[in-house]
Amino acid sequence: MLPTPSTSHICFDRVYEPAEDSFLILDTLSSPSESSFLRSRFNEPSSTPPLVLEVGVGSGVVLAFAAANASAIFGRNDLLTLGTDINSFACQAASQTISTALKDQGRQGSMYLDIVNGDLASSIRPHSVDILIFNPPYVPAELPDFSRHDLFNALPEGQKTTSFDQDSYLLELSYAGGVDGMIVTDRMLDQIPQTLDLERGVAYVLLCAQNKPEEVKRRIRDWGTGWRAETVGSSGKQAGWEKLQIVRIWKTTL
Amino acid sequence: MKLLTLNFLTCAIKSCKSTPASFPLHPRDAELEIVEADLNILFLKNILPRLMWDELRVIGSELGLPELPSTPPTREDLVEPSTTAIAAPTSDGTRDAGEEEEEEIPTQTAKDLHRVLLETCIKEGKLVCGNCGHEYKVLEGVANFLLPGHLV
Repeated sequence: MLPTPSTSHICFDRVYEPAEDSFLILDTLSSPSESSFLRSRFNEPSSTPPLVLEVGVGSGVVLAFAAANASAIFGRNDLLTLGTDINSFACQAASQTISTALKDQGRQGSMYLDIVNGDLASSIRPHSVDILIFNPPYVPAELPDFSRHDLFNALPEGQKTTSFDQDSYLLELSYAGGVDGMIVTDRMLDQIPQTLDLERGVAYVLLCAQNKPEEVKRRIRDWGTGWRAETVGSSGKQAGWEKLQIVRIWKTTL
Repeated sequence: MKLLTLNFLTCAIKSCKSTPASFPLHPRDAELEIVEADLNILFLKNILPRLMWDELRVIGSELGLPELPSTPPTREDLVEPSTTAIAAPTSDGTRDAGEEEEEEIPTQTAKDLHRVLLETCIKEGKLVCGNCGHEYKVLEGVANFLLPGHLV
C-alpha cells in the first residue's frame, strides 16, 4: 500500500474532504493493472516528463498521491504535476498538501508546478496534458448560484474567516452536478480532446451510477476513430445509489 | 507561481486559444520571490524538449531577469563533463538508467535553468493575454483564471 498524503492542515468547512471517491482514484491509479498501463505508456526512455493535470483538486490528496508516488505508479520520478480548482481556498490547501507529501517522500517524488484558480482546464495550453484526472461534482443536485462566486471566493473584506453561507456555497461547488449529476462533467468531457496530448494523452474521470456511465462511455467512443472509454476501477458494489467507477479515456492509433 | 507553469497556461477565453498571440501570457507588475527547491538533474535534461524556449525568453526579459541564451541548452550542457564519463549515457543519448547511476554534477547552466524554471515565482501581479488583453490576477502565488460571466 502506498502512503495516503496527509490533509490534516485543512479546514473541511470549505474544502471537500477526501472520501470514498478520492480513495477510489488512489486505489485505481496504484492498482497493478493501471500502473502497468501507465508505465508502458510513459516509461519510454526517450520521452519527455509527462504532465499530470488534476482538475478540481480540492484537498489535493489525489494529486499529492500521484506526485509523491510517481516512481511506483508511473515508473519515473520526473513527471510534472499541475492542478486547478474553482475554489481559491482549495487551491491554497492543495498546494500545501502536495508540498508536504513531496517533502516526506524525498527523491522518489516528482516535480510539482502549481495549483491555479480556474474553471476546469480552460486555462491550460491545448494538447499539453498527458494524464488528466477529474473527480467531478457528480451528485444530481441543483448547481449553486455562480453569480456569488467572486464574493465567496475570497475572505470577506476586513474579515479573518468565511461566513456560513460562503462555506455552504464552496462545498456545493465540490459536489453538486445538476441534472443527472453530469452538467460539470459534460463540460469537462467537451474539453478533453483539445486538452490531452495527441499521442499519449489519457484521462481518468470518476462517475457515479446516476451519471448513467454506460451512456457516457458510449458518447465518448462516438467522438471519433480511436477514442476509447473503459471502466478501470469501481467501488460500492451493493447497488447503492452512489456506486462509483473510474473511466479511463484515451485514443488508440490503430 | 513558478515560471515553468507559464509553459502550460494560456488565455482562458475560448476564442483566444486558436491564436498564437494568446501564448505565452505576459507577466505585468509582477512581484517575484525565490522559493528554493531541490535540483533534479534528470528532470532538467528531460524537460528540455517540452520548453517553449523563445516564449520563455520573452517572459524572462519582461520580468527583467538575466537574458537567456538564444538557443536552449543541450542535455550535455547541464552536466559537468567529468561526471558524464562516469554516468555513461546510453548509446542513443536517451534517458539514463536513474537509480544506479553515479551522482551527476550540475553545471552553472543547469543551476541557472533550475532557478528560472522552478525557483523564480510570481507572488503578486498580473498575467496578460497578448491577444485580447485580458488581465489575470496573481494573488499570494495563485493565478486566478476565472472569467466574468459575459466572457465565458
